[in-house]
Amino acid sequence: MAIVNFMNNSPLPMQVTPADWPGGYWWHWVFFTVILIVFVLVMVMGAIYIERRGLGRMQSRLGPNRVGPFGLLQPVADAVKVLLKENIVPNSADKVVHWLAPIIAFVPAMMIFAVVPFQNGALLADLNIGILYVIAISSVSTIGVFMAGWGSSNKYSLLGAMRNVAAVVSYEIPLVLAVIGVVLMAGSLSLNQIVLKQDIPFILLQPLGFLLFFAAGCAEINRSPFDLFEADQELVAGFHTEYSGMKFAMFYLVEYGEAIAMSAIITTLFLSGWRGPLLPPWLWFILKILIVFFLMVWTRTTFPRARIDQLMALAWKFLLPLALINLFITAIQVLVWPDALPWILIFINIAIMVILILLWSKFFKLGWGRIEV
Amino acid sequence: MTTTGEITFKTEPFVLNFGPVHPSTHGVYRMRATLDGEVVLDIEPVFGYLHRGIEKLAEERTYTGFIPLTDRLDYISPMSNNLGYCLAVEKLAGIKVPERAEYIRVIIAELQRLANHCIAVGSFLSDCGAMFTPFMYMFREREKILDLFDMVCGQRLTYNYMRIGGVSQDIPDEFLPALHKFMGTMPGMIEEWENLLKQNEILLARTKGVGILPREMAINCGISGPVARGSGVKWDLRKADPYSIYDRFEFDIPTGEVGDCYDRYRVRVEEMKQSLRIIKQAMEKIPSGPIRAEVPHLIRPPAGEAYAHIEAPKGELGFYIVSDNSIAPYRCHVRPTSLINLTALREMVKGWKVADLIAIFGSIDITMGEVDR
Amino acid sequence: MTVPLAIKEIASQIEKKYPGSIEEAAQNSLVVKSDSLLAIAGYLKDTEGLKFDYFNYVTAVDYYTYFEVVYQLTSLEFNHTVILKTRCYNRENPAVPSVTGLWQGADFQEREIFDLMGIRFEGHPNLKRIFLWEGFQGHPLRKDYLQ
Repeated sequence: MAIVNFMNNSPLPMQVTPADWPGGYWWHWVFFTVILIVFVLVMVMGAIYIERRGLGRMQSRLGPNRVGPFGLLQPVADAVKVLLKENIVPNSADKVVHWLAPIIAFVPAMMIFAVVPFQNGALLADLNIGILYVIAISSVSTIGVFMAGWGSSNKYSLLGAMRNVAAVVSYEIPLVLAVIGVVLMAGSLSLNQIVLKQDIPFILLQPLGFLLFFAAGCAEINRSPFDLFEADQELVAGFHTEYSGMKFAMFYLVEYGEAIAMSAIITTLFLSGWRGPLLPPWLWFILKILIVFFLMVWTRTTFPRARIDQLMALAWKFLLPLALINLFITAIQVLVWPDALPWILIFINIAIMVILILLWSKFFKLGWGRIEV
Repeated sequence: MTTTGEITFKTEPFVLNFGPVHPSTHGVYRMRATLDGEVVLDIEPVFGYLHRGIEKLAEERTYTGFIPLTDRLDYISPMSNNLGYCLAVEKLAGIKVPERAEYIRVIIAELQRLANHCIAVGSFLSDCGAMFTPFMYMFREREKILDLFDMVCGQRLTYNYMRIGGVSQDIPDEFLPALHKFMGTMPGMIEEWENLLKQNEILLARTKGVGILPREMAINCGISGPVARGSGVKWDLRKADPYSIYDRFEFDIPTGEVGDCYDRYRVRVEEMKQSLRIIKQAMEKIPSGPIRAEVPHLIRPPAGEAYAHIEAPKGELGFYIVSDNSIAPYRCHVRPTSLINLTALREMVKGWKVADLIAIFGSIDITMGEVDR
Repeated sequence: MTVPLAIKEIASQIEKKYPGSIEEAAQNSLVVKSDSLLAIAGYLKDTEGLKFDYFNYVTAVDYYTYFEVVYQLTSLEFNHTVILKTRCYNRENPAVPSVTGLWQGADFQEREIFDLMGIRFEGHPNLKRIFLWEGFQGHPLRKDYLQ
């Protein structure tokens, strides 16, 4: 077809179907779309189960264990329950905005998976600007959140939505800078290439970058300790207070979908994606995603919540300078010692990370205190 | 209004209602907060959602028949309410309580203090956002204390255990060995919580310097209990005006210096350790003997009035009883600890943010049953 | 041990400073006239040797012919306490000066007495009903309140 020929023969590097793929372009597209949708939905259900069971066990209680063996069918029960609920829209809400918001929030979370490699070359679109695409798309869901807050005509929702926008915008910058370190080391923006270059996982070569990305990522997707956008104790439920039924299910999916997406990106960038000795690659990939997600659940259980001005101070005064320094040091290492033994680099990088974090945390004040009224 | 150079932005304060039904208002407490963005300008508390007219009901019940009603005042620590009321009637009627009953009362009151502080600290930390993990850990210990109380009087919440002139039933044989076992594990638990929380960065950032109650204001408002001691007022009724047999035991009074949320939290944890000391001393010296003085069932104290106060876990709980030599009190007034502790809330939260409002309110530790009566 | 102060001594001290203000110096409480309540309360709070800075509680009792408002004050420094009372013989519109200017802790408690007993406190910054809703008729804690 004309489009496929154009894309395959154009001088611009665009999506390329692997040559040995049977059936050509459209079969490849359909196959991967179906796999992605199934993957996301199943992984979200698994994530919900891990979170509730893990949270319960870490709080010295059992967690759900009635529905199905070991409570494995609990997310299914949740989904069915939420779908059967009545869809209540407040009278003075802006109907169009209220209806569109969950969709706009959910679609980007799914779209991130289009460029994440499950196996060597097995992804929906091997864009050679992969990580740039991910960062661009993941910011769009903030618009959905803000629309939800505005369209609900509820002061609690508005407060939550505004906090969300402020924080996401602030945390984009350390996120991007942490990624650039990895890109410098790998020499390419395409996620497939980044995985192929990781003979040693980049978490060892870029420990500071991993921590920065993890912290900024948690803030972007409203996970504890930065989950103040939907703080139960303060804002009832933040921006999704006025949602019920299927729309609430969409927001729930957004939260866990983005958590899985962020885990997938972390796995690809820092933990060498699908590479591993014995098991099939896609199984390694899923395992690593689950390990990173478990780390997120662990931090959720352990830490109290930051306040909004402390959150912003953390982004601008702590993470941003550290990200810049990390970028600087990585650039020097790549330019000056491109052939250095990796073990020396690992040692130096870990030492720099420890010193930087200890020193920097002594010298900045977290948030401002009381304001005179 | 905020001004930057020539341009003036006009912002309007808006009123947000933290309604009677809210995930963290410790019962049915309502406050209307005037906010300017995130900053709290003023709050106006609204009480009365749990008003049951207990003081009027007292005039129609017999003296002994009023004891179950005192359980419902501060339903987190009912044994202390029982104790306060019985002390007031005993002072009025000039009844002397036998030794064994005094020791049992002290042990039960200190166990009740432990149980109350478990809830107080647990819910304060979950108001700070720690996602119920410390809450669950502390509830595990409170369950053990409630099991002990179950052994003594068969109830877990509204005990109705103390009687005028002593206690209603003797402690069973298995109580003291079970108490001994509990005393073995509790110090280790408190230490585990301290290790996790005392130096936690996020907790320190959320609570240090937040919601300061100056010492002069605490005295002027009549605030008592851990809230006052956190501000540096070294006033504990067990030492200043000893009731029952507290003058025979050795214990310290922990005080804070600054009067912020962190000091109040530390005071409560230290008080738990001191309670363990008192229980240990009481357990060793408990004599045998009668557990109740010879008091007629329909007691008629001589005409007059009396005021007796105890150091309840939340502060100074007092009962002012006027009698006219009939079987029911002429007037029974409860000095409401929590209502008086709330007097300073308005001054404490001005200038802080919404998240701090909830944290400060949680650190005062009130129960609406006592506020509204 | 918190010592209740000997009433006779304080009574004679106060009588010297504010003559005619004491109604009765009973065995463990001091009954003063309501118009000199503020002056005497201020005197108790500020005088050296008395220094009653801690306000325990204020409550009201309905003896059919009069209302009696009871205050208890404690001094944290000297660890002594005194009970102060004042009487209102007017049943239709009982009024007593408010001590919220001296001790802020009286704020909510005086509102409660106004709500449940109907005694007005002059000088209170925000005298509204606190437990019962606006528009409630009557004052339930009075002895002659019938449903």
